[in-house]
Amino acid sequence: MIELIVAERCTACDRCVEVCPSNVFEPTAAGPPVIARPDDCQTCFMCELYCTADALYVGPNADHAESADQLVVLASGLLGQYRRDSGWDEWRDRYPNEQWLMETVFRRAAEDAR
Amino acid sequence: MSRADWGEEEGLVADVLVIGGGMAGAWAATAAAREGAHVVLVEKGYCGTSGATAAAGPGHWWAPPDPPEARANAIAQRQRIAFGLGEPDWMRRVLDETWRLLPTLAQYYEFPKDDQGKVRNYRALRGPEYMRALRQQIVDLGVVVLDHSPALELLAHADGAIGGAAGIRTQRGGSRWRIAAGAVILAAGGTSFRSHLLGSRNNTGDGYLMAAEAGAELSGMEFTAAYTVAPQHSTMTRTMSYAFADYFDADGRQIDAPFGPDQTERLAQALLAGPVYCSLARLPEDVQRHLPTISPNVMLPFARWGIDPFRERFEVTLHTDGTIRGIGGVRVRSEDCGAGIPGLYVAGDTASRELVAGASSGGGNVNSAWALSSGTWAGRAAARRARRVPASFGGLKALGGAGLRPSGRARPASAAEAVAAVQAEMHPYDKNLFRTGKGLAASRRALDAVWSDLAAHAGGEGGTAALALREAAALVASARWSVATAEARTETRGMHRRLDHPALDADLTVRLIASGFDTVTVRPEAIAVPSPFESVA
Repeated sequence: MIELIVAERCTACDRCVEVCPSNVFEPTAAGPPVIARPDDCQTCFMCELYCTADALYVGPNADHAESADQLVVLASGLLGQYRRDSGWDEWRDRYPNEQWLMETVFRRAAEDAR
Repeated sequence: MSRADWGEEEGLVADVLVIGGGMAGAWAATAAAREGAHVVLVEKGYCGTSGATAAAGPGHWWAPPDPPEARANAIAQRQRIAFGLGEPDWMRRVLDETWRLLPTLAQYYEFPKDDQGKVRNYRALRGPEYMRALRQQIVDLGVVVLDHSPALELLAHADGAIGGAAGIRTQRGGSRWRIAAGAVILAAGGTSFRSHLLGSRNNTGDGYLMAAEAGAELSGMEFTAAYTVAPQHSTMTRTMSYAFADYFDADGRQIDAPFGPDQTERLAQALLAGPVYCSLARLPEDVQRHLPTISPNVMLPFARWGIDPFRERFEVTLHTDGTIRGIGGVRVRSEDCGAGIPGLYVAGDTASRELVAGASSGGGNVNSAWALSSGTWAGRAAARRARRVPASFGGLKALGGAGLRPSGRARPASAAEAVAAVQAEMHPYDKNLFRTGKGLAASRRALDAVWSDLAAHAGGEGGTAALALREAAALVASARWSVATAEARTETRGMHRRLDHPALDADLTVRLIASGFDTVTVRPEAIAVPSPFESVA
């Protein structure tokens, strides 16, 4: 579930408000949006992908929030991992989209199982 | 019927209205706009992130026309697991449409190229990039995209033809919209019955409910017993790494569940007995290294939990796929994906995929090729119809029932309780995966009671409360059609497993057509005689 909007990173662009498929965020008049409806979060991580400031943290537990500690998360280097590995924005030339390899992996598994 | 008071209303007119902004809806909007139609697409969430495709990686079912036997082989292979319910003509059309259309996305999707600059692969796309590309494509084609604007009900003319829809704007205080259109395409997805299947929260079977309210029928709804492995408490139902998984019980004993067609059943049996742990140690080292750039979201839960999945065992579960990796949906009545109601078309998981998948999961490949193809056919046909039948608000009647307009006296109803009741019948492995006549009858009684209450009393709410009740109604209705058809199919075929009828019954090589709300009826329908395979090439 969505756990954190890191205020000092957030540019208040409200892109997460726009792209969240389950309308979890609510914009505010001045400053970062708030997590208004955390229970509606579907733990899809899409907001992180669209957050060029790497200010969002979605906890992997879809059943309940794990009360992530902002300082720990910031120190972990996990913010922005999804956007980086996806090769979005500034990571474009360094992280190629290798989705096409998936079918070869399945093929190898099938051969392995035989 | 009383009309719920939703305050201010926004009215729009379109040639074609597409309900749902996932893969099928975006391809439908593309096709309709290319036919010259003025298209409006409404999406419950955000077109680009919403739905089952966005967070996944669809590897479309794919066979080039050359060599000539490639398609014949692909169809023959599919037919072996379709258990008599697939139709080769539809498969051939899907393979052809997919092969023609995917390369046309090159302006918006960066297909991977080899050293010579030749595209390696058109079929395997990464979900977020794919949906971002489709959104840009329809925006450039002039499609009006309304995000955060779920449809709540269809609107019909006096003769029954569908002429629009009504819904709300969730980011504008739940204000109401109404759109008149010459034709409507339902591409609202299937349903996981609100499981934690990745990206499926918005997929509550709304398309099934709205189509049935217009008089359409459902087909193949018994095929909802698809399940996908994921780390416990996570939504990460990405299967690739698990092709090399080993599974263990709480005592560390290996579970006999090798990669193959029986794996889900064996895992479910083990999960019924206790916790199951997974090791990905056998995933080849080079794949481990490339995993983040093949499927960037797979590692997110592990990294955040501090688990090294290649060295440590982690607990897993199976999430229900419902009709998403399952098959059932609105019965397709014509080659252009008409639903049998003038002005109404169905695409993607809203439509039954029995025609192309048969009785086994269409997985990410057959189902995504179907979403693209059915969307395209529906989009073209809707645009052509709109040329003949102009949009008009005159005399449009709202069709929404349960959750919107109670048959009895409105009183506060809990959408959450109805959803929980559906989950309680549709998620457990010993109810939906391993089925028995007795168990299904108990599910039927439980769901009937929930439906009666919703239909009689839920409604009269505005804004997002109305949306929650409609989603609940769609979930309950979908579950009831699924249970009723599963009860009627007294055999085991493909993903439909009856412990009390473990063998395939040749007499049941039929489609099961479900319809109705207060009383659900199921009837068999003969299957079109398959064309001879010689003509496939």
